[in-house]
Amino acid sequence: MEETLIPYAGIVTKITGQTPDVKTFRVEAPEGGKLFEHKPGQCAMLSVPGVSEAMISITSSPTNKEYMEFSVKKCGCLSGWLHGMDEGQMITVRGPYGRPFPVDDELAGKNLVFVAGGIGLAPLRSVINYVRDNRDKYGRVDIIYGSRSKDDLVYYDEIVSEWMNTPDFHVHLTIDREQEGWDGHVGFVPNYIEEVGLNPINTCALMCGPPIMIKFSLPNLLKVGFDKTQIYTTMELRMKCGIGKCGRCNIGNKYVCKDGPVFRFDQLDELPGEY
Amino acid sequence: MKKLSLAKLYDFFAAIAAKEALYLPVNNEVGKAEYKRWSEGVELSHQLNTLRSAKDFFFPQTENLMEFKMEGKKIDIIDTREACDDFVIFGVRACDAASFDILDRVYLVDPVDSYYKNRREHGTVITHACGKPAETCFCGTFGIDAADPKGDITVWDVEDGYVFRANTEKGEKLMAATADLFEDTDDKAVKAEQDKVREILAKMPLADLTTEGVGAGLTKEVFDRPEWASLSESCLGCGTCTFVCPTCQCYDIRDFDTGHGIQRFRCWDSCMYSDFTKMSAGQPRPTQLERFRQRFMHKLVYFPDNNDGVFGCVGCGRCLSRCPISMNIVKVMKTLAKGGNK
Ligand SMILES: Cc1cc2nc3c(=O)[nH]c(=O)nc-3n(C[C@H](O)[C@H](O)[C@H](O)COP(=O)(O)OP(=O)(O)OC[C@H]3O[C@@H](n4cnc5c(N)ncnc54)[C@H](O)[C@@H]3O)c2cc1C
Ligand code: SF4
Ligand code: SF4
Ligand code: FES
Repeated sequence: MEETLIPYAGIVTKITGQTPDVKTFRVEAPEGGKLFEHKPGQCAMLSVPGVSEAMISITSSPTNKEYMEFSVKKCGCLSGWLHGMDEGQMITVRGPYGRPFPVDDELAGKNLVFVAGGIGLAPLRSVINYVRDNRDKYGRVDIIYGSRSKDDLVYYDEIVSEWMNTPDFHVHLTIDREQEGWDGHVGFVPNYIEEVGLNPINTCALMCGPPIMIKFSLPNLLKVGFDKTQIYTTMELRMKCGIGKCGRCNIGNKYVCKDGPVFRFDQLDELPGEY
Repeated sequence: MKKLSLAKLYDFFAAIAAKEALYLPVNNEVGKAEYKRWSEGVELSHQLNTLRSAKDFFFPQTENLMEFKMEGKKIDIIDTREACDDFVIFGVRACDAASFDILDRVYLVDPVDSYYKNRREHGTVITHACGKPAETCFCGTFGIDAADPKGDITVWDVEDGYVFRANTEKGEKLMAATADLFEDTDDKAVKAEQDKVREILAKMPLADLTTEGVGAGLTKEVFDRPEWASLSESCLGCGTCTFVCPTCQCYDIRDFDTGHGIQRFRCWDSCMYSDFTKMSAGQPRPTQLERFRQRFMHKLVYFPDNNDGVFGCVGCGRCLSRCPISMNIVKVMKTLAKGGNK
């Protein structure tokens, strides 16, 4: 009988350094192709047995039929191990877990604003590339993305060569402080939201990033006219099972692994502020 | 209903044990009841309930989930699951029997936990109606009837023996297999026993405990109650209350290097521990207040929210007798019921 706690083994066929502490791992089934299908915003449990297991967003789009990708920030046991290994190594993967962004219902036909900080772009990248591959189903797209420095912008090459060249895609990059070789915008993401001139009508905003960025960006999105029912985010709590059983990741009566990680801000208001 | 004479109880045990493992409450060296496997000469305990709950049978404290063989860059995943042997538990009280229903609501909903399901499918539960409820009992608060427990078979003590009632197909099967030990009876003696027990229950110190002030839909009202501070003030975060609790379900998953490969196992965990939710980016429950509140919010509000109003406590009273600082769910409920949420 099926058991979701038992993972699949996948081969890491390509490792790309994104920033000094983020690498992207391409994972394929041993027989080639993807280990399983997913929807944008869903996650998977990656593991190296004997090291540990960690929940990671699937950053590739479901429209990619060849492989899955995960971008991992080096911060501990598993992530440190992954950063040290070579291509060709097997890892284990189980999932997909969680409720995705509602790309085919609430978001369909809308203009989209993506607000991201640092590695927070990882879960949004899945949506962004899904939108690029279904371009006629969505309206104007604005991407506001910031990091500490130019070197900390993940997917920089893809952003410049692909996203910036997609029709009606408007990419607004920013870094925290002036830097040699950077002639783009300088400043924090929350402030930039007010400056780029967003139109909230028939628009949804999807926001992921460090808690401090979310905290200051939300009021600014509201200030430029968005309602909480138009703004989505993903939550990050400590996880073990990924299926609402180990009892670890709840906010009030919702399990982030199962009922999230994607939440709308009006839904979050219904929950205790314990996150 | 069927009757088993006093003299035949151990014949019944022997008949079951001839075919499958039989577990029942047995007194340990210090006179406390624990579930033990029955064999010739082992005596059924007459204590009201076991020290540890019966959840171990279906959700053991640790269990192996799978194994891995690592060779160079290759990982082999070994599915170590196998169908568990049939077994019978005799003497489960009403509260613990009700706890199985609560665990089912966690582990048997999609995606089903196959480890738990395996044990549930192969276990037959024979419950034993309580004759002498204790002062710490309050199963009635949650609508559980100590005089009429659930389970595959229910057993009552009557004057000169035991009356059995099969409640499920599994129960029918087990009774059919031992049919020659039983004689037919009506429900008169059981009714009398139930009346007696219900009378005792009504006089118990916690008979008046209600679920006023807690339950589904009350997150906002209960979460911000100022009393959480004083209630949690002395909590040591030892986790004893979670480990003795028949309905506590939280677990951790860990790996162990056996020298021949990696074993992935799970073990009970506790929301009362500080590292339960600790993250590199922060800690959503930084002090014991939040952890303590989580345990009781889960049992009294969140669980009912997600489970048609069913509470996540069965009133077994174990946490009442075991907490080193004498804090417990009854004190929490009494405090929350004191109208402060208006
Ligand atoms: C829904 C979800 C999606 C995620 N997506 C990504 C992603 O795309 N890329 C990525 O790099 N990270 C992601 N994370 C975070 C990642 O799961 C944690 O950083 C994880 O701890 C890394 O494992 P590790 O073994 O390297 O660290 P560990 O050695 O386990 O832990 C290092 C430190 O992180 C803490 N920690 C444990 N679990 C978490 C957690 N869930 N979140 C934050 N800190 C934790 C530990 O307490 C410890 O202090 C996501 C987390 C969630 C819940
Ligand atoms: S909370 Fe206490 S009384 Fe309730 S089921 Fe758990 S151990 Fe028993
Ligand atoms: S309530 Fe009591 S038993 Fe539970 S963690 Fe606190 S001190 Fe330990
Ligand atoms: S990770 Fe286990 S309940 Fe969410």
